[in-house]
Amino acid sequence: MRAILLIARRELAAYLRTMSGYVIIALSLFVLALLFNAVALSGPEQRSSDVLSEFFRDASGVTMTAAVFLAMRLLAEEQQRGTVALLFSSPVREVEVVVGKYLSGLAFLGIFLATTIFMPALIMVHGKISFGHLAAGYLGLLLLGSATMAIGTLGSALAKSQILAVIIGGSMVIALLIAWMLARVTERPVSDVLSGMALWQQHFPPFQAGIVHVRDIVYYLVVTYLGLFAATRVLEARRWR
Amino acid sequence: MIDVEGLTKYYGAHAAIRDLSFSIKKGEVIGFLGLNGAGKSTTLKILGCVLLPTSGHLRIDQVDAISDPHEARKRIGFLPDSPPLYDEMTVGAYLSFVAQLRGAAPGRARALVEEAEERTATREVDRELISALSHGYRQRVGVAQAVVHKPALLVLDEPSSGLDPVQIVEMRSLIRDLKGEHTVLVSSHILSEISQICDRLLVIQAGEIVAQGSEAELAKRAGAGGAVELEVRGAAARAAEVVRGVPGVTGVTVVSESGDLSVLRAEGAAELRPQIARALVGASVDLYRLDRVGDRLESIFLKLTAGGPAPSDNKEAA
Repeated sequence: MRAILLIARRELAAYLRTMSGYVIIALSLFVLALLFNAVALSGPEQRSSDVLSEFFRDASGVTMTAAVFLAMRLLAEEQQRGTVALLFSSPVREVEVVVGKYLSGLAFLGIFLATTIFMPALIMVHGKISFGHLAAGYLGLLLLGSATMAIGTLGSALAKSQILAVIIGGSMVIALLIAWMLARVTERPVSDVLSGMALWQQHFPPFQAGIVHVRDIVYYLVVTYLGLFAATRVLEARRWR
Repeated sequence: MIDVEGLTKYYGAHAAIRDLSFSIKKGEVIGFLGLNGAGKSTTLKILGCVLLPTSGHLRIDQVDAISDPHEARKRIGFLPDSPPLYDEMTVGAYLSFVAQLRGAAPGRARALVEEAEERTATREVDRELISALSHGYRQRVGVAQAVVHKPALLVLDEPSSGLDPVQIVEMRSLIRDLKGEHTVLVSSHILSEISQICDRLLVIQAGEIVAQGSEAELAKRAGAGGAVELEVRGAAARAAEVVRGVPGVTGVTVVSESGDLSVLRAEGAAELRPQIARALVGASVDLYRLDRVGDRLESIFLKLTAGGPAPSDNKEAA
């Protein structure tokens, strides 16, 4: 546990000391604010809860994209710079490296989500929203971000360059996103499995509407676990190459 | 300290190292010598517990490093061929991170960092960003991260790589200072450096150990002669006569005579410098210079590794 926190703290400090993290957050905020202004605040009058739902829908897409880009450096950069030898020659287990890295990425993603709070605050100024809806939406964003970050960490473990890490991580996220489309053209039980696997379609809309289902929480936690488990296995296998 | 038995590593169908077996005693400084692609880095990565061998046994300080690498890593300080540095950190913060990563309590880390900085002469760059350091300092910080947790075994892969002559001398002195407190395994392309700081040499060629021993033992094995060049004042004939009388000397030739000084070359089967020096001084001949020539380490090394596969046939996978 000590090693996990040590690695997470160093990695979070690296995010804060380098430009790349800030650029990803700034671009994500810019895109989200544009969408918020163009989609949620423009057009005919809507109920505040609908505007908030639309904000969470837009924020979910931006969160997934930001998570994949934030995760790209986690392990691929260590390979690129050769610093992975430092971790591998230290008395630290691969799972501690992976979890430490993932936690730092999630913490930085948390900073991004915290900076988006001004948009629901704007809705609150002009209308009325429930705290439960707000909390459920942000819980959903954090869980979706956690699952995407874990997949991105796996992509980063598989790749030796950050660009390749984004491509691999992004491809895996897109594959999970469009699983529900495949479900529509297949028969049961395959369609049930595919729709259950869908990263967004099946599991995020309830959070967006302010509803928390245990099954959705479990789904995102399982995806997170599987992503981190696979990334750990990949790192363990690297000691053979 | 280290027991290696039958260590083999395959990258696909290519064997980077084959059936390596050797032992290293506690406190020894061992030089690991080999051409590019001979298998040095692969062996050192395995000894640093970074890489797993395909087969074989490795015990470090009585710990089986293959089945229990976690325990073995606590006893190792490893400097890879490129120092594993985080450019965005300051030297002090980086060394503190490494010390804690290798088990030091946060309260003790600072003291360990200061000690490592003292030993590696990096104290003055404690607050500098690593990205701003010169190549020489980067190498020193690389050594500092390897010694910061006071490991029993130090594995240094080409620590002098890319350094200028002054920095090479400093690095040599640094490694010499590490002797005693650590068992050190160091690889280098600079063969003369290896001979100056190491107790014993392991020569690796095409993934196999082709020779091991001290420089003198290797010279003997390679059939190298002990040619000595000396510079004396006065007539060459008198000095040649004295040197010829030294047991072991098989021949003396006058290389040059200019003014007051003469240069002679003595041939022999072993190290003859002490005997020659004593004989000349005893005969009241003024000795200006006495130096080994000819079969020095470079030529010994080439003799030992002669006949191996061409470098293109044994590329070492990174």
